[in-house]
Amino acid sequence: MDNVAIIGVGRHPFGRFPGVSAIEMAAKAVRLALQDAGITWKDVQFAFGGSYEVDNPDAVVNFLGLTGLPFTDVYNGCATAASALTQAANTLRLGEYDLGMAIGMDKHLPGAFAADPVQYGVPSWYGETGLFLTPKFFAMKIQRYMHDFDISPRTLARVAAKNYRNGALNPDAFRRQTLSEEQILESPMVNDPLTQYMFCSPDEGAAAVVLCRAEIAHRFTSTPVYLKASVVRTRRLGAFEVHSPWLPLERADAPTVDASRAAYAMAGLGPEDVDVVQLQDTDAGAEVIHMAENGFCKDGEQEALLAGGATEIGGSLPINTDGGLIANGEPIGASGLRQVHELVLQLRGTAGDRQVPGTPRVGYSQLYGAPGTAGVAIVST
Amino acid sequence: MTAQRCVAEGLFEWPSPEPRVQASRCDRCAFITFPAQDACPSCGGDAVTPTLLSRTGTLWTWTRQRFQPKNPPYLGREPAAEFVPYGVGFIELPEGRIEARLAGDVDQELRIGMPMELTVVPFASDEDGTEVLTYAFRPVAES
Repeated sequence: MDNVAIIGVGRHPFGRFPGVSAIEMAAKAVRLALQDAGITWKDVQFAFGGSYEVDNPDAVVNFLGLTGLPFTDVYNGCATAASALTQAANTLRLGEYDLGMAIGMDKHLPGAFAADPVQYGVPSWYGETGLFLTPKFFAMKIQRYMHDFDISPRTLARVAAKNYRNGALNPDAFRRQTLSEEQILESPMVNDPLTQYMFCSPDEGAAAVVLCRAEIAHRFTSTPVYLKASVVRTRRLGAFEVHSPWLPLERADAPTVDASRAAYAMAGLGPEDVDVVQLQDTDAGAEVIHMAENGFCKDGEQEALLAGGATEIGGSLPINTDGGLIANGEPIGASGLRQVHELVLQLRGTAGDRQVPGTPRVGYSQLYGAPGTAGVAIVST
Repeated sequence: MTAQRCVAEGLFEWPSPEPRVQASRCDRCAFITFPAQDACPSCGGDAVTPTLLSRTGTLWTWTRQRFQPKNPPYLGREPAAEFVPYGVGFIELPEGRIEARLAGDVDQELRIGMPMELTVVPFASDEDGTEVLTYAFRPVAES
């Protein structure tokens, strides 16, 4: 689909910002996106705002102007930002509006997420017995994957080391210190086989994207980036999913696989057309699995691809060029728009120290999270 | 003798010399799911019958929970320094794969495919000292 264009992106740095609310960070991200698009807040005809912690993301209007625009708040787990983006794009396709925004923000407490399992459709005992934890799910998924496809702990360390290296090049990243593969492997084991430095952390931040109908994009910019596809899918029976104590013997593909296939079909593109990739690296193992789930390699090929540096910024398949979740952390509402922000910079050729060489034309981003929700976006020049 | 209680009514048979975990079977499509629920996640049918799961299977995947989960929802109330890490896995049974705590020392050798059997273990205590029990799987002693 060629009917929606991205004409402005902005982000507040991700990390820890005591005394700054998520809504204030969102206002900053929106101002940067508006400036990038060369417009003002009163030009924005509608908005979707995503957050986990903030009940009313639309309160950002207090800092931007009470223009009366229709502003819809969305929450959809780790795919919240993908949902805000998808809804914004679909709203433009309905034809009533010319220009709108997707905005994401969050401010999480340190440490793994804690919640009431009953709100996720599983009984209280699941939490009471110490099973309602996302990190151990990701650990068990990669444990089985390493067994089935001969992936080594070294490959997990290579993924994390790459993402810290990329984060060190990104002034907006949370973790900007490089770590060696040995430091990553030798850091405390959290959930075998995943060590402390193989995980991302919940943190704080905001990001915003200005979208318009493609036919008017050139009024605002000479370098529009087209949103070729934006898709959300949930788990089917038989997928191995977070917060699910039962896995039927008959397996189904992960929701990421479903979202990915639908996005490629919508975009009329395949994985071979993609020049720069942002994947959900909740942990280093997730990036490895998501490489295959999104069609970028066959199961097991990651071992050689990582060893050969294919996923580095200068490699044949650059992944998480801004440091991904591992270096940026995960403010849930903003995370997917952070990915789109990075892809837009890469496709414009303005990503600075972390710019992918050549002229990347197609970008791909993927989100995945509880309780089995995935989002995929494909953008191109 | 220490008082004991099951973490949830109807989750597993107790007391029993050979306890089994309770699941539900759809009256329409026969799909088995755990934990037991009153609707079928496969066909959407709303008539189900309780069924008991097999007691033995093989380890399908595993990890070790090395940090103390937040309370709530975790019932463990021990100071962080006294937290005892535990194994977690999915056990492949003839009916499907079930997630469970793994009984035994956290650092015991674990290997995908190893035979496992159901047991019941105390994992936390209420304020009055009552031990709280849950189902768990342990490696079968191989002869």
